[in-house]
Amino acid sequence: MTTPINLTQAETGLVDRFDAARTGLAGSDAVAALRASAAGQIKAKGLPHRRVEEYKYSDLRAFLKSAAPLAAAVSVDEAKAALGAADMLGELDRYRIVIANGSYVAELSDVAALEAEGVSLADFNAALAGDKGAALLAQPKSAGTDGVLALNTAFVQGGVVLSVKAGAEVSKPVELVQIAVSEGAQVTRCRVELGEGAKLRLVETFAGKAGAGETNAVFDYDVADKAHLATTRLMISEGAGAVLATTLSRIGAKAELKTLCFIAGPDFTRNQQFVAFAGENSEAKIYGVTLARGKALADQTLIVDHAVPHCNSREFFKTVLDDDARGVYQGRINVAQHAQKTDGEMMTQALLLSEGAEMANKPELEIFADDVICAHGATCGEIDEDLLFYLRARGIPLEEAKTLLVLAFLSEAIEEFAEEDVTEILEQRVRDWLAAK
Amino acid sequence: MLEIKNLHARIAEDGSEILRGIDLTVNPGEIHAIMGPNGSGKSTLSYILAGKEDYEITEGEILFNGENLLEMEPDERAAAGVFLAFQYPIEIPGVATMEFLKTAINAQRKARGEDALSIPDFMKLVKAKSADLNVTMDMLKRPLNVGFSGGEKKRAEILQMALLEPKLCVLDETDSGLDIDALRIVSEGVNKLRSPDRSMIVITHYQRLLDHIVPDVVHVLSKGKIVKTGGKELALELEKNGYADYTGAAA
Ligand SMILES: Nc1ncnc2c1ncn2[C@@H]1O[C@H](COP(=O)(O)OP(=O)(O)OP(=O)(O)O)[C@@H](O)[C@H]1O
Ligand SMILES: [Mg+2]
Repeated sequence: MTTPINLTQAETGLVDRFDAARTGLAGSDAVAALRASAAGQIKAKGLPHRRVEEYKYSDLRAFLKSAAPLAAAVSVDEAKAALGAADMLGELDRYRIVIANGSYVAELSDVAALEAEGVSLADFNAALAGDKGAALLAQPKSAGTDGVLALNTAFVQGGVVLSVKAGAEVSKPVELVQIAVSEGAQVTRCRVELGEGAKLRLVETFAGKAGAGETNAVFDYDVADKAHLATTRLMISEGAGAVLATTLSRIGAKAELKTLCFIAGPDFTRNQQFVAFAGENSEAKIYGVTLARGKALADQTLIVDHAVPHCNSREFFKTVLDDDARGVYQGRINVAQHAQKTDGEMMTQALLLSEGAEMANKPELEIFADDVICAHGATCGEIDEDLLFYLRARGIPLEEAKTLLVLAFLSEAIEEFAEEDVTEILEQRVRDWLAAK
Repeated sequence: MLEIKNLHARIAEDGSEILRGIDLTVNPGEIHAIMGPNGSGKSTLSYILAGKEDYEITEGEILFNGENLLEMEPDERAAAGVFLAFQYPIEIPGVATMEFLKTAINAQRKARGEDALSIPDFMKLVKAKSADLNVTMDMLKRPLNVGFSGGEKKRAEILQMALLEPKLCVLDETDSGLDIDALRIVSEGVNKLRSPDRSMIVITHYQRLLDHIVPDVVHVLSKGKIVKTGGKELALELEKNGYADYTGAAA
């Protein structure tokens, strides 16, 4: 028996938004039922708030003051113009897949070139309408009744299904760009499937004017046996709205998943990941680099499920906070009873550049097997005055010396991530962020 | 070049007095050695010259080429030509040595209104000077001082000094931790920098260094004061008799 709650203005708005939008949203009857049930969850429980354990430090209910309407569909030309003005990756030689205002734009995506590399693309909405539509909205047990996922399921406007055929090794990185062409909530879901032995480097970017209204993007990775997936996510929009990303990863046997999520900018950002090992002898390397200033909140949350034996995971997160910014790291490694020989190593480190900044570091291990190596650690500190003095004593001015030290702090994660395509891009983003002060 | 007048300094944090009235004048081209017992304030003096913030000056002044050194930021002092070779050079993980050297050189050039060195010119310069000091390319590829042995760190300090070409070099126990060959190599490096318009303050415990880097003046620092000043023969005498004659006098 749950007691009904008093919905906030934003929550009432979301319920109304669903009633207004539901008939226009894609999907089979089964999908419609899932959407309705997710919307029902929001009506019953509201948005995730600080009394929900997983959102203790990231109170979405308090942040979202109102529910913006879903972003309207845009023409190819409008999307193209917006894209030209907001290139996130500069010179990087890559393929591109475009989602504009929540919908896949095949005309702006490198469909043919990717096809030639063994990558097929499908509109997520078309897939939702098919027999297996409801399966596309499946979520792992560890995600529970996550409120951000529920919002996504209820409202998902579109996205893409990207499949790399078995054995294909895509020669260039693929940028999956989600551009906000006009204001409004942008709700997307993308599925990334790698066939056996396939290799893909993916760079996920958000661009454009994410104004009022939340961005809610789900990425569902399915990495088959012996496949390698490396993803870099840039959450750098300048808007005032909440930017929420969720990753669901399933890793087969002898496979590798490597991800880095870079957060800089938005007022309320949450990147949450649910990673599950489904086959033995696999590896997940999960990195995070977070920069926040002003009154921003940046949250990196993650659950890694070692459900099978003989898998390694490495979680390494770095956070730099200035002004009155708040950083959150919540990471949990679960090791099931039979998941022997698990090797898990989690580290979260924060650097505070001001007195007002605050970091909540919560690394956790939940281990039911007895023959495992797992470790976790957390540190939180300021710039080392002795290091700063050494650099200044060589003639390097204060701000430049700080930049060097902040870069040094973050580059440990960026360099261990070791995706050369993006190393320079990420380091330049750090420099830009520091220079923008 | 450098005029220290009645310098009194204490530790900012707990107020304990370390320097109790230092007077020291170093003319252009001169090399001054400072010797003295552990804890007498030698490193403190060197840090104050470089601009470390842990100390509070309660009395006195320091003029560097006529300018009030104490009013300058550490990086301004460096650009003006003050260089401290640290007694304990620190490791800075994540800062690449070459990147650091380039940033430091160009920051100083910029502060002096000079153009930045081009990358080829910079590389040429580093190659030449590091060969002189037996600093290997492998060391230069590592993060700053990380994993360097004690002696390697000292050689790296002198390499920085050679690259930055300061006007006033303060060497704080550069000889400690050096093997016999390294001592010779480093001393040669330092001697190469001797010039009529460059001065040096060499802090050391051992007379041996002064065989290689021959000072014009030797001072004994005890309990925060210069208690004896003499020629290079003073170092020999100290080596033989210890500090007893002078530390007693200061008490
Ligand atoms: N930042 C500081 N905090 C606390 N004590 C300090 C600090 N700096 C110097 N001291 C103290 O001041 C005194 C002088 O130290 P200093 O390092 O200048 O001596 P030194 O002459 O260089 O000695 P050594 O020959 O051992 O290198 C010592 O007692 C030292 O413990
Ligand atoms: Mg000392």
